[in-house]
Amino acid sequence: MSDATLHKPATPARFRSATEESPAARWALIAVAVGGLALLVGAPLVIVFVEALSRGWAAAVTSLASRDAQSAIRLTLLITAIAVPMNAVFGIAAAWFITKFDFRGKAFLITLIDLPFSISPVVAGLCIVLLFGANSALGGWLVASGYPIVFAVPGIVLATVFVTFPFVARELIPVMIEQGRAEEEAALTLGATGWRTFRTVTLPNIRWALLYGTLLCTARAMGEFGAVAVVSGKIRGQTATMPITIEMFYNEYLSIAAFSMAALLTGFALLTLLLKTALELRHADALSATRRH
Amino acid sequence: MHIQIDEIAKDFGTTTALHPVSLSIPSGALVALLGPSGSGKTTLLRILGGLEFPTSGRVMFNGQDATGLSVQERRAGFVFQSYALFRHMTVFENIAYGLRARPRASRPPKAEIDRRVRRLLDLIQLPQIATRYPTQLSGGQRQRVALARALAIEPRMLLLDEPFGALDAKVRKELRQGLRDIHDETDLTSVFVTHDQDEAMELADLVVVMSMGRIEQIGKPQDIRAKPATEFVRDFIRA
Repeated sequence: MSDATLHKPATPARFRSATEESPAARWALIAVAVGGLALLVGAPLVIVFVEALSRGWAAAVTSLASRDAQSAIRLTLLITAIAVPMNAVFGIAAAWFITKFDFRGKAFLITLIDLPFSISPVVAGLCIVLLFGANSALGGWLVASGYPIVFAVPGIVLATVFVTFPFVARELIPVMIEQGRAEEEAALTLGATGWRTFRTVTLPNIRWALLYGTLLCTARAMGEFGAVAVVSGKIRGQTATMPITIEMFYNEYLSIAAFSMAALLTGFALLTLLLKTALELRHADALSATRRH
Repeated sequence: MHIQIDEIAKDFGTTTALHPVSLSIPSGALVALLGPSGSGKTTLLRILGGLEFPTSGRVMFNGQDATGLSVQERRAGFVFQSYALFRHMTVFENIAYGLRARPRASRPPKAEIDRRVRRLLDLIQLPQIATRYPTQLSGGQRQRVALARALAIEPRMLLLDEPFGALDAKVRKELRQGLRDIHDETDLTSVFVTHDQDEAMELADLVVVMSMGRIEQIGKPQDIRAKPATEFVRDFIRA
C-alpha cells in the first residue's frame, strides 16, 4: 500500500471513459439544455408571476376576489374533481382489460386510447357539440328534459374527460404489461376473490404509475382550453373555467386580473408537481424496491 | 387426494396445446410432467389448478367431477415458475395471504395465523426471514417461501411449475431434496413440471413424459429408463 502511494506519478494521468464527451462538447450540451430550459420554460413562468404582481399583492388578490374570478376558480376545481376520478377509474379499467386479456383488436384499442392526444381539442369539442348540442336528436331531447349538456357543466366535464383520457391508461399499460399476471394468479390460487386480488395485489403494484398518471391528468384537466372553449359557450360566471376566464380578461385589457389568474393556475400545476416530488422522496425506498419510474 | 384426468384437451384458438390425454395420479404420489417446451405440460398443470379450463374432458378429484370448480375452490397449492411472490409484502404477509383471504367465518384468528406462518417458516428452514421483502431474498429462499405460501392454505394438492427452473445448478440439487422431504412430511399429492430429465427421474415416484401435447409414456423412473415406450422418450431421456 505505502509502496503504491510512494510511486504515485506527480500528475495523475486523466483517462476518459468511452462514453464520456470532451469538456467542450459537455459544456456545449449543458449550455443548450440550460439555455433552452430557461428561455422556453423558466422565462414564461417568471413573467406570469412578475406581471401578476406588477401592481402589488393587493391588486392581484383583489382581482381574484371578483365574482367572475371566484366562479371560474370554483368551476375549474369542480370539473377537475369530477373528471380526474372518472379518468382514474376508466384508465385502470382500460389498462386492466388490455394487459390481462388476450383478444383480437388489442393494438387497435391501444391506438384508440391515444386518439385524444392526436386529435385537436377544438375538434373534440366540436364533436361533443354535434353529438349533444340542441340541434341533434339526443341533445334536443336532453335539453327538453332539462338536462342540457352543451353550454353547461356536463359538457365541460365530457370535454375534459375526453382530452385527458390517455394519461392514466398510458402510465398503467407498460407497468402492468411488465408485471404480467403471475402475482394475480397466485392470489387467486390462494383463495382470494377477484376484488380482493385487485385491492391487495394489483392496486399496490400499480400505485406509483397510477399516482403519476392522476397527477398529470389533474394538471391537464385544470388547464384544458380548446375543447372547453367550444363546448362551454364561455358564459361568464356560469361556464367560464379558469383558462377561459384568463383569455376573457386578457382580451378586455384586464392584464392584472388575467395574469393573477394565470399565476394561480400555474400555482396549481406547480403544486401537483411538488406533490409528486415529495411523494417520490418520501417513498424512495419503496420505489427502488419495485421500479423507478 | 386421488386425481383422475379424463380425456382432457385444450385448444388456444387454432393451436392445439393438448390432444386428449388421460392420467391417473394416486393419492400421495409425487409426479413429474416431463417434456420439452411446447409439450403441453404447463397447460396440463394449469388445468389441474383451475387457471385454464379444458376444451373438452374431465378432471376428477377423489372420484368427484372437479372440471367446473373455480381456481379458488380447487384449493391447489400452486408454485409459479418465477414464484410470483407479492413484491410489496413481507415474507410473513406473503405466507399469511391465503389465510387472511378466507371468508370471515373460516378465517383463523390472528394468533393462529401467526403460529401457522412461524411453523411454515420452520418447515422451510428459514425461521428468521419473516420481515424481509422478496427482493431481499436469494433465488433458493424465494422458492421455499413460494412453497410455504402454497402450503399455508392447507391445499388438497401441490402443483409446481418448473420449481427449480430459476435456480443455479448447486442450489437446484439442494432444493430437490428439500421438496422431497416436504412432500414426504405433508403427504400431499404433488405434480411438478420440468424439462430436466435428471430432476424428474431423481425426484418423482411417477414420471409422465410429454411431447407435442401428447403423453408419450407414464411410468416409474426406472421403468422408463429400462423400457422407453417410443423413439421420442428414448432420445429425450438420453439427452
